[in-house]
Amino acid sequence: MAAPPKQTTVLDARAFDRTVRRMADEIVELNEGTDDLVIVGIQRRGVQLAAQIVSTIREREKADVARGALDITLYRDDLQTVGPRPVVGQTEIPVDIDGKCVVIVDDVLYTGRTIRAALDELADFGRPRRIALAVLIDRGGRELPIQPDIVGKKISAPASQRVDVLVEEIDGKNGVVIAQREDTV
Amino acid sequence: MTHPLGKDLLGLEPLSGEQIRLILDTAEPFKEISERAIKKVPTLRGATIVNLFFEASTRTRVSFEFAEKRLSADTVNVAASGSSVSKGETLVDTARNLEAMRIDMVVIRHAASGAARFLADRIESNVINAGDGTHEHPTQGLLDMLTLRDHFKRLEGLKVCIVGDVLHSRVARSNIWGLTKMGAQVAVCGPRSLLPSAIDDFGVTVFDRVETALEWADALNVLRLQLERMTAGYIPSLREYNRVFGVSRERLEAAKREVLILHPGPMNRGVEIDSDVADGPFSVILDQVTNGVAVRMAVLYLLSGGRPELAEAAKKGGER
Amino acid sequence: MSNALLLRGGRIIDPTQSLDATGDVLVVDGEIAAIGPRAGNEADGRDGLETLDCSGLVVSPGFVDVHCHLREPGREEVETIATGARAAAAGGFTAVCAMPNTDPVTDNQAAVGFIIRQAQRANAARVYPIGAISVGQKGESLAEFGEMVSAGAVAVSDDGRPVVSAHLMRTALEYARTFGIPVADHCEEPTLAKGGAMNEGIVSARLGLKGVPSEAEEIMAIRDILLARRTGGHVHLCHMSTRGSAELIRWGKERGINVTAEVCPHHLSLTEEAVGDYDTNAKMNPPLRTADDVAAIQEAVRDGTIDLIATDHAPHHYDEKEREFSDAPNGIVGLETALAVNLTWLVAQQRIDLPTLVEKMSCAPARIFKLPGGTLRRGGVADITVFDPDVEWTVDPAAFKSKGRNTPYAGKTLRGRVRWTLVGGRVVHGAAPAPARAGKARG
Repeated sequence: MAAPPKQTTVLDARAFDRTVRRMADEIVELNEGTDDLVIVGIQRRGVQLAAQIVSTIREREKADVARGALDITLYRDDLQTVGPRPVVGQTEIPVDIDGKCVVIVDDVLYTGRTIRAALDELADFGRPRRIALAVLIDRGGRELPIQPDIVGKKISAPASQRVDVLVEEIDGKNGVVIAQREDTV
Repeated sequence: MTHPLGKDLLGLEPLSGEQIRLILDTAEPFKEISERAIKKVPTLRGATIVNLFFEASTRTRVSFEFAEKRLSADTVNVAASGSSVSKGETLVDTARNLEAMRIDMVVIRHAASGAARFLADRIESNVINAGDGTHEHPTQGLLDMLTLRDHFKRLEGLKVCIVGDVLHSRVARSNIWGLTKMGAQVAVCGPRSLLPSAIDDFGVTVFDRVETALEWADALNVLRLQLERMTAGYIPSLREYNRVFGVSRERLEAAKREVLILHPGPMNRGVEIDSDVADGPFSVILDQVTNGVAVRMAVLYLLSGGRPELAEAAKKGGER
Repeated sequence: MSNALLLRGGRIIDPTQSLDATGDVLVVDGEIAAIGPRAGNEADGRDGLETLDCSGLVVSPGFVDVHCHLREPGREEVETIATGARAAAAGGFTAVCAMPNTDPVTDNQAAVGFIIRQAQRANAARVYPIGAISVGQKGESLAEFGEMVSAGAVAVSDDGRPVVSAHLMRTALEYARTFGIPVADHCEEPTLAKGGAMNEGIVSARLGLKGVPSEAEEIMAIRDILLARRTGGHVHLCHMSTRGSAELIRWGKERGINVTAEVCPHHLSLTEEAVGDYDTNAKMNPPLRTADDVAAIQEAVRDGTIDLIATDHAPHHYDEKEREFSDAPNGIVGLETALAVNLTWLVAQQRIDLPTLVEKMSCAPARIFKLPGGTLRRGGVADITVFDPDVEWTVDPAAFKSKGRNTPYAGKTLRGRVRWTLVGGRVVHGAAPAPARAGKARG
């Protein structure tokens, strides 16, 4: 059995927290406050990031901001080719998003297809005044004309590498690592 | 494994506990879609689904239709009367015609046991059994289990008693297979003339009286009793059936236990179940209907499409 | 064509002469002229002598099938007397009895005569008509047994259906005594069996198919046995399939009642599990039963409770069987697989030996139905079957001589196959005989 692929740490736990705090500040700045703000995390780890952003905003702005979760599996454009059916996670948009400023939060922005699916799905929930995109890592490699409004860190990673965001709630710690894809080692 | 369920859903007997769990777990997020303002996702956009109903059925067909439309599929209803089928086109020819029209999926309900399997063996499209004779009605079994799981948060060790005409019931069979595979304890209750003579080989407990069943069960699944059973001599009268086996408020109260009440519908109020039970606090009959759409969406989703040879390519470039 | 044929070096099995030894059989002018290790001597010097090399093969009296359905008149697209007779010959049968549930029913002397003539034209296995018990097989009034017998009928039966009325069965048994023919009954109590598509049991419950309980057969079997006792008539019970039936027949025979019984190869080899996923080629009446029933029936063959093996060959058109299980007609073909199925499941599994098999497939049917053949005695008609008891082959319905393809043994590898079938000394199935070297039988 091959040895596990070597990992490079892009953000350690402390850098991760610092980045998330900055992203929360930038979100509030972009919206010019916390009114009508809705933070929607994309399953899976975008949801945890959204939770961390919302709790940071509560700390710093002393305001509670609405939070939702979006699973985009059913809106994917590659369902016909992806083979075994991916498990569908939970979608919960607890407020009416008409006229609101919705900020989509995801862990890694790559081809942009996930965000395209998220935009389609949000459109079925209502018509926000504005939709913005906040991602922890922008790794380039876009296949659609989609750009983030707020970026934690911009890196460049070839297709042969995986960029993995780790969150406390799922992986036991916060961080971002890069590793060689197993089938290209 | 290219598809977790294979090409068709013909019954619960061929499935493993894992596969059943997958369907139930997949149904959960689909429930949420039915709560949205726009009850639609694009997942099966462009797919063509035919509802081939050789037996009249409003509720099952409508439930499937909602499930299909909420997944953005195009649906066509073919009823046994009003098409070439009523002129006596054989099932084989019907199958071949559907295939020639490149239908993606067929939902079939038929009076002959084995009809779904017959169709599935002859066409490439996915086939979903919406009830074949007295053999199986898998989506009903699944939605019954989802309803039970929602309420009790588990199926393992749950005591479920199926009450009524088990002999002629595909719902009963699907429930027996499904619940057994999920680790529940299953019992049946009814007059012996309406239980299969081989029931003791099914691995279920048999109660001769519904009072005894109520002392044991966590939930009762009450089956519809059909008038034909009386005319065919299996029971003397519907009146006596109600007197001896009817699930009534008095019987529930006498049991001094909380027993959940399910019914696949449509109900014969006053025969197998009294109105104050059907509409009472322990009845989850309407939840069954809601869950029915979600379960059917989950099944359609899990069976649909997928070209595995492109899955490899998708995997390589598929990271978001 | 020569009038002398020598079957050389085979294992001759003839239970009527307690014979099981290697030797020769000499056939002259359609009769058995000599049999034994020195039969070849009598062949020496005969002009135009032909030979069949039977070394490694079994030579037995020709098989006789007392129960088959040849579908003509009425369903010639599914089988004719000609194709049926050829299928019979391919299966080693030198004679078959054709059941009367044709369209129109064979219930009068003209209809019986028609079958006799068609059989002569076919010129393969002999075909003896069985006449109906009741007019139109409606179960109401007796058909003219006398007229049918004088036209060539060898028995009466309403097979396809049971004789529902006990009174009619009783009078049929009494009336048949006048003509010395058996009354063959298809035992099925109609109200118990109604709508049933397979054996009632765990498999039918799982598949959601209405089942036929064993009692449907047993109730009529004991009824017929009791009526045979009352009337002194000969009742022949068709296609017995359950343990209960075997026990009842044993009870009847112990009391000296004139009851004979047959079993079909499929009830000796397959169980209800063969239905599998609604395979209509495993659907017949009576249905395949449980493993316990199969064991009991095999034992009944061994101990003589069951007198003979018959095929109940019932061809159906592909389209008819290509239907939902409950709608498909009952019946499977059997003439061309009977020997192999019996060898594979009975003899190879050591339930019975080869001489007993020959007794059940040839001697007993001929004797019980009073037909020529069933023996290799000198002077008897040369109806002979030569078969290889060991060769393995795979069943390919497309290669059948019968028009019917509906068999549950399709694709299965069975053991034993007919090499030659001779009717009246003439090869009706198998390669043509080789001419012997002029003037010499051996060498």
